[in-house]
Amino acid sequence: MSVKVVLPTALARHTEGVKTITTEAKNLPDLLAEFDAKFPALSQNVKDEHGKLRRFINVYVNDEDIRFLGGDALAFEDGDEVMLIPSIAGGVL
Amino acid sequence: MSASRTVYELRCGECGKSYGNQPLSACQDCLAPLEVQYDLESVRGRFTRESVAKGPASIWRYKQLLPIPEGFEPDLPVGFTPLLKAKKLGKRIGANHLFVKNDAVCFPTLSFKDRVVAVALANAQAFGFTTVGCSSTGNLANSVAAQSARLGLNACILVPADLEPAKILNTLVYGARLVRIDGNYDHVNRLCTLIADEYNWGFVNVNLRPYYAEGSKTMGYEIAEQLGWKLPDNVVVPMAGGSLVRKIRKAFRELVTLGLVEDKPVRFFGAQATGCSPISHAVKQGWEHIEPQRPNTIARSLAIGNPADGPLAAKMIAETGGWAEDVSDVEVVSGIQELAETEGIFTETAGGVTTAVTAKLYAQGRIGADETTVICITGNGLKTTDALADRYDAGIAVKPRLAEFDTYIRGVDPALIGTAREEELEVAGGVQ
Repeated sequence: MSVKVVLPTALARHTEGVKTITTEAKNLPDLLAEFDAKFPALSQNVKDEHGKLRRFINVYVNDEDIRFLGGDALAFEDGDEVMLIPSIAGGVL
Repeated sequence: MSASRTVYELRCGECGKSYGNQPLSACQDCLAPLEVQYDLESVRGRFTRESVAKGPASIWRYKQLLPIPEGFEPDLPVGFTPLLKAKKLGKRIGANHLFVKNDAVCFPTLSFKDRVVAVALANAQAFGFTTVGCSSTGNLANSVAAQSARLGLNACILVPADLEPAKILNTLVYGARLVRIDGNYDHVNRLCTLIADEYNWGFVNVNLRPYYAEGSKTMGYEIAEQLGWKLPDNVVVPMAGGSLVRKIRKAFRELVTLGLVEDKPVRFFGAQATGCSPISHAVKQGWEHIEPQRPNTIARSLAIGNPADGPLAAKMIAETGGWAEDVSDVEVVSGIQELAETEGIFTETAGGVTTAVTAKLYAQGRIGADETTVICITGNGLKTTDALADRYDAGIAVKPRLAEFDTYIRGVDPALIGTAREEELEVAGGVQ
C-alpha cells in the first residue's frame, strides 16, 4: 500500500524542500509517528506540546477534510492523497 | 516629532513571536494567526474625539489606529455609513433601543468588505504587489475588483462556481480576472492558500490577512462615535469566518484604552444560518473549537464551513456573556423582508440572517427590551435578489386610464384608497 502526502511550501521548509512524500502509513496517527522519525522538524512544526496535531492545521484526504471522514480513525487506502495545509487563510464574509 | 499614527507590527496570537511588517498571515513556529499589535501609547492624547471630528467622513478619520503604511494617502471615501435608530423594527421585535449599522450602503461596492479591502490594498501597494487577489463568497470579490481598478492593480479573484449571478457580474464589470472554482468556499480558500505560496500575489485575505482584518475595526469605531462616543450594551454581528465580531470588540477596547469612551460591559452576539452554523454551534455547546460543516444555505456570503477565526470568535462571544444563534433559510428571507418593510433597508441574505437572529434573541429574552443594541447589516439586497425572486408578483399591466386603474386597485388593495382619502382630508384641514 502506498499513500502520497503533499505539503505546501510553508511546511516544506521543514523537509528541506520536499513537497511530496510517499508513505505506507495506515492512518493519520501513524503518519504523524512517521514524521517523528523521518522529518523531526516538520513534526515539531505541525504538532503541539502534547503531541497532537495543531488546531491550525487542516488535513485533507483526496480533497475532503479528514474530519468529515472519521479523523484519526480513517484508514488510508492505496493511492490516497493526503494534504496538510495551515488553516489561516479562511474567514471571508 | 509627534507620531501621525500608532507604531504597529505583526505578532503571533498564540506564542507572541514578532514578525515586523510583511505579507504573512500565520506564525511560522506554531501556525497560529498573526495579529496586528499597536503601541497605543504612541498616539495617546493625539487620537481624541476632537481629532477624529476633524477627519474626513470615511474610515480614514480613524487612520491613526489602522495599519497603513507611512506616506499612504487615502483615496476613496470608504465607510462612515449611517447608524439608524430602528424604531419600527424595534417595535415589531420588542426592542426599545435598537440601532442598525447600515453597511448595505458602504462605498464603493455596498458591503462592509470595502473597509477591509481599503486597508489591505494600502498595504499591498506598500509591499510592492502589482497583482492582488482573494478567495470570496462575493462581496469581497466585488470590493477587490473595484478598488484595485481604481488603484491600477491587477486583480485575480477566485469564487465558488455557484455564486449568485449579480455578484459575478459585479466583479467582472471592473475588469478583474474572475476564476470560478468547482467547489465550495472552503475549497476555494484552500486553493488560494496554495496559490499564495507559489505566486507573488497579494491575496487580501491570505497573506495580507492580518492587515485586511484590521479594516473591520472601523465599524466598531463608527458605532461608538455615532452613539455619541458611547458603547452599546449589545452588538449583533453576522459570522462567516468569525473575524468581524472580534474586530469590533478590539475597536471598542482601543477606544476605552485611549479614553474616548467610558468602559462598560458589551455583549457580543453572533448570527449564522442554520445551514452553515459551525460557530453558533460551538457557542451553544460551550466549545472553543470548531467542527467543520458542509454549507447548505441561501446565505452564501456566510457559507464558510471551516471558519479560520471561528474558535477565537466562539471564545470571545462566551467571554462577553453573549450568545450565538442561527436561523433557517425561510427565516432568512423573512428577515430581509422585515428589515425592508420596517426600516426601508434592503439587505442581502446575510442581513436577513442578522435581522432574524436579532428577533430570536429578543424573543428568547437573551437581550432585554431596554438595552441599547446595534445590529450590523453588512451587505446590500440588490446583490441577492434571487433569494426573493418567488416572493413577489409584480401584477398585470394596467392600461393608462383612470377607470382601469380604479377597478384594478379596488380589486387588489381597496384599503389603500381609504387611507389615501383620509390623509388628503387631514392635510387639507391642517392648511385651513
